[in-house]
Amino acid sequence: MEAFSHLVATTGANADDAKAAAAASSAGFAYGLAAIGPGIGIGYLVGKSVEAMARQPEAAGMVRTTMFLGIAFTEALALIGFVVFILIGL
Amino acid sequence: MLGALEFPDPINTILRWKDLFPTFNKIALIACVAALIGILVFLLASRKDPMVAPTGVRNLAEIGVEFIEDQVVMQTMGRRGLPWTPFLLSLFVFIYLCNAPGIIPIIQMPATARMAIPLFLSLLVWVVMIGTGIKHQGVGYFTHLLWPPGVPVALKPLVGVIEIISTIFVRPFSLTVRLFANMLAGHILLVTFALLSEAMFQAETKRPILNIMGVLPMAMLIFLTLFEILVAFLQAYIFTILAAVYIGEGAANAHADEH
Repeated sequence: MEAFSHLVATTGANADDAKAAAAASSAGFAYGLAAIGPGIGIGYLVGKSVEAMARQPEAAGMVRTTMFLGIAFTEALALIGFVVFILIGL
Repeated sequence: MLGALEFPDPINTILRWKDLFPTFNKIALIACVAALIGILVFLLASRKDPMVAPTGVRNLAEIGVEFIEDQVVMQTMGRRGLPWTPFLLSLFVFIYLCNAPGIIPIIQMPATARMAIPLFLSLLVWVVMIGTGIKHQGVGYFTHLLWPPGVPVALKPLVGVIEIISTIFVRPFSLTVRLFANMLAGHILLVTFALLSEAMFQAETKRPILNIMGVLPMAMLIFLTLFEILVAFLQAYIFTILAAVYIGEGAANAHADEH
């Protein structure tokens, strides 16, 4: 936040602009941070599912269903981050 | 450099449509048309003689029914979940037909990209889920949540609170947000790349290479449109399968009392 107040002081932008700039950049941070964990999680999950399907192709259908379920739960965290990013970005 | 790349501000301008007439806008129109198309396809299919080999629209309907039976119901609830097929099928068809307009030219708006429709659908699933739980287990449904069997006694209060919160409150919320945010994110991506390539094509610059480079976001736009076809289907599938899991859970615990 100090960086923003410094920016405001040097460029002479008014308080509303500063607020909008702070909101925009923290929205970016919020989404970026929210995407890290689910990104790792989904990668791991799908990788393991592919491994399982390769080892036992006859169970592929069941593994795929479970994989989609797992993805749906993992992805929810990233999506909540996305919604928050819209809410504070407005 | 580039002409001003103006993203519509605030974000509502890409989502809020003028009312066609009071309280009825493009999103409501898409939702109504989606419901009508779904009803029409299955009505037409049910009119065909079931004794002859299926053709045309009946084939389509049978693919849908078989998909829900094999990929959703049998995978999550097993054989005794088959009576739920009509409910899950109508959920799936409605959500898919609401998602699909997101990539249809001229319409270009998924009806599920506003909170209202996903929220209503997930509240519906929530009511059905709790109703099934109460029907199959009575008050035991709630006591099982609050005092879960098969957990060490010391942990029961903690697990119980977590279970209650995650089942009663978080489930409808996450079901809503998952569908809504996925479709909205796709819509925003499409808008961003469309505007970017438009701005690059029309930019007044001394270096025409910048105008030519507008094909890059254009290519990305085409790729994302293809990706959205997949997402529209996948989100409808995920919503349906989660609904099936939630409903099946309420019905299943009745036979699992001997923890």
